Amino acid sequence: MLYISVPLGKLVRRVSRLRGGGSALPGLVVEKIDPGFMQRTLATLPHGVAVVSGTNGKTTTTKMVVELLESQGLKVFTNRTGSNFTRGVAAALLGEVDWRGRLTADVAVLELDEAHAVHFVNRVPPRYSLLLNVLRDQLDRFGEIDKTAQLLQHVADKTTGTVVLNREDPRVARIAETLTGQDVQYFGLDDSLLSTFPNDDDMRAAPGSPAPAALPHKPAADVVLRKVGPDTADFEYDGATVTTGMKLRGVYNIFNAAAALTLARSICGGGAATADHATLLTALAQVEPAFGRGESLTVDGQPLDLVLVKNPSGFRLGLKSFPAGGYATMIAINDNYADGRDMSWLWDVEFDSLRSGGVDQLTGSRAYDMALRLQYDDVPIGGVQPEIAPALAAFIRAAKGKPKRIFCTYTAMLAIRRELSKITTVEVVS
Amino acid sequence: MTAESAGVQPDSKGTIRVLQLYPRDMNIYGDWGNALVLKQRISWHGYTPELLEYNVGDEFPADVDVIVGGGGQDSGQLVIQDDLHSRAGVLTALAEDGAPMLAICGLYQLFGRFFKTRLGTVIPGIGILDVETHGTDERLIGNVKVATEEFGEVLGYENHSGQTTLGSGVRPLGTTAKGTGNNTSDGHEGARYKNVVASYLHGSLLPKNPAIADFLIRTAAERKYGTFTSGAPDDRYAVLAREHATRRPR
Repeated sequence: MLYISVPLGKLVRRVSRLRGGGSALPGLVVEKIDPGFMQRTLATLPHGVAVVSGTNGKTTTTKMVVELLESQGLKVFTNRTGSNFTRGVAAALLGEVDWRGRLTADVAVLELDEAHAVHFVNRVPPRYSLLLNVLRDQLDRFGEIDKTAQLLQHVADKTTGTVVLNREDPRVARIAETLTGQDVQYFGLDDSLLSTFPNDDDMRAAPGSPAPAALPHKPAADVVLRKVGPDTADFEYDGATVTTGMKLRGVYNIFNAAAALTLARSICGGGAATADHATLLTALAQVEPAFGRGESLTVDGQPLDLVLVKNPSGFRLGLKSFPAGGYATMIAINDNYADGRDMSWLWDVEFDSLRSGGVDQLTGSRAYDMALRLQYDDVPIGGVQPEIAPALAAFIRAAKGKPKRIFCTYTAMLAIRRELSKITTVEVVS
Repeated sequence: MTAESAGVQPDSKGTIRVLQLYPRDMNIYGDWGNALVLKQRISWHGYTPELLEYNVGDEFPADVDVIVGGGGQDSGQLVIQDDLHSRAGVLTALAEDGAPMLAICGLYQLFGRFFKTRLGTVIPGIGILDVETHGTDERLIGNVKVATEEFGEVLGYENHSGQTTLGSGVRPLGTTAKGTGNNTSDGHEGARYKNVVASYLHGSLLPKNPAIADFLIRTAAERKYGTFTSGAPDDRYAVLAREHATRRPR
């Protein structure tokens, strides 16, 4: 069985690629005929497996960790195609192993959504885990925020080495309280930046009221984000603060850089000991945003920013990180399964910041839900057109000569990128 | 506080005070949308809205005209439970006296007689509504359409594992045409008692169901001023959002 599973899986992978099929089928095949494949293959990695999970920022953070580790000369296996579930990992592995099933890599860094992370760690206990945040997202899948926190708790429990936790998210930070054998490292945020990260608990709270699960004492963090400039950031670690250039934009992306640094320092051995910080920071400065996470394209000689919004906190951070002034704005809201079907989340975002400039175009299957939401925040609305292609064309036509920004849900972003690829250069996402 | 001192416009028909119950602990699902819709529509109808919040330990405000409260996750419900029981008297008196109230999801359950968890623990409610809720392993999730006599077709989104059974003292809000509603056997959703509207529906409920919002506002105005004269809110986006929502999958 062992001898045929990898060649067979690879064959299925090749055939399904030829047919333009999904990335997970070959993973399913190899999992069925050789359930030990993933665990056996990943067990050979000298630096083990690192799992990145949480509600927001997994893709960008995983990308950063990979690039940071590569700057240290490590060969990294990762699930780049965004198939962030177990079968997707198996499929990605098939693409990387040779015909005898050997993986030439030093470490695996895997992005896994919360529910799939639990399945994965039951099969493959990771040496490292990085848990970013627990926010209101896709509650229709996981039920409740506290339930999501329990999923991450399980990932931490199964971790054999170091667990990296967000000190500023009480539900994540508290995971440390129940861990016994693991080394715990935190990444943190300067107090002056905390207000830019409203969490779900303070969302509608009276001013000054505490989040219910706040930690009584803030533990020391391995890396702290101290300051964010227009294209720089200050990080503190090992008792000193360093300033580095950043191509990433948006405070939340840069906070995740602190997360990535902490994990990379852990993997490189004993925190700072063997990491070469000059090259780490150079690598960090070079990281480009993952697709749709604040990436900037060029249309008609003007920048067009795509900002992915998946949940209330992400939307609020997006509005805060990318101010509307001088930009034409479009919002694209779909309610496909991957976006989440419930529109309630739009009502937990304040749109006051768009009031003075208005929103030029609304689109997506729930364009009129968005219009209704903006009406109740007294935000002027230009056009509403649920069909994405004509809405995008109208937006680009009407906003000629102006920089443009599109806030979009996941499947709306995929559709917009497809349309944009007809008129500008867009990285193809498989 | 008199209406004048609250900064009422000279041509205002009067002040309507909206109290949000436990917005800090019971706000899991766009519950702010319901409060915001009441606030804006009160003003679009020519009245002056005043939004008040009541959280655990606060003093209960006098002269409340509309009460609105939402869903919480289990931890939020535990936090507010004792406080809610300490306010059962005033809330029941208001409901019996005809004060309009909107109770969504978690608060709907706590407005009932009890919630019995899967493990058999009985959490008493404040008994404004003659309903009881039993925790289950099954989570009921998805878009919902309800046919109602009072408000026409009601649209929303449900996400709950408690199943609620109605006693003879209340009537259902309506019959489910899509989705599950109160429980998996009775085919109805929500509960109505006097001027209390209780429902599992998020979405948020009021934005796409302005008929319910206007019922709460009209009732509040009539109770306070004897009459209600309506304004002319622009509901074209609500109409279109309803049209598109009704075609979406479960």
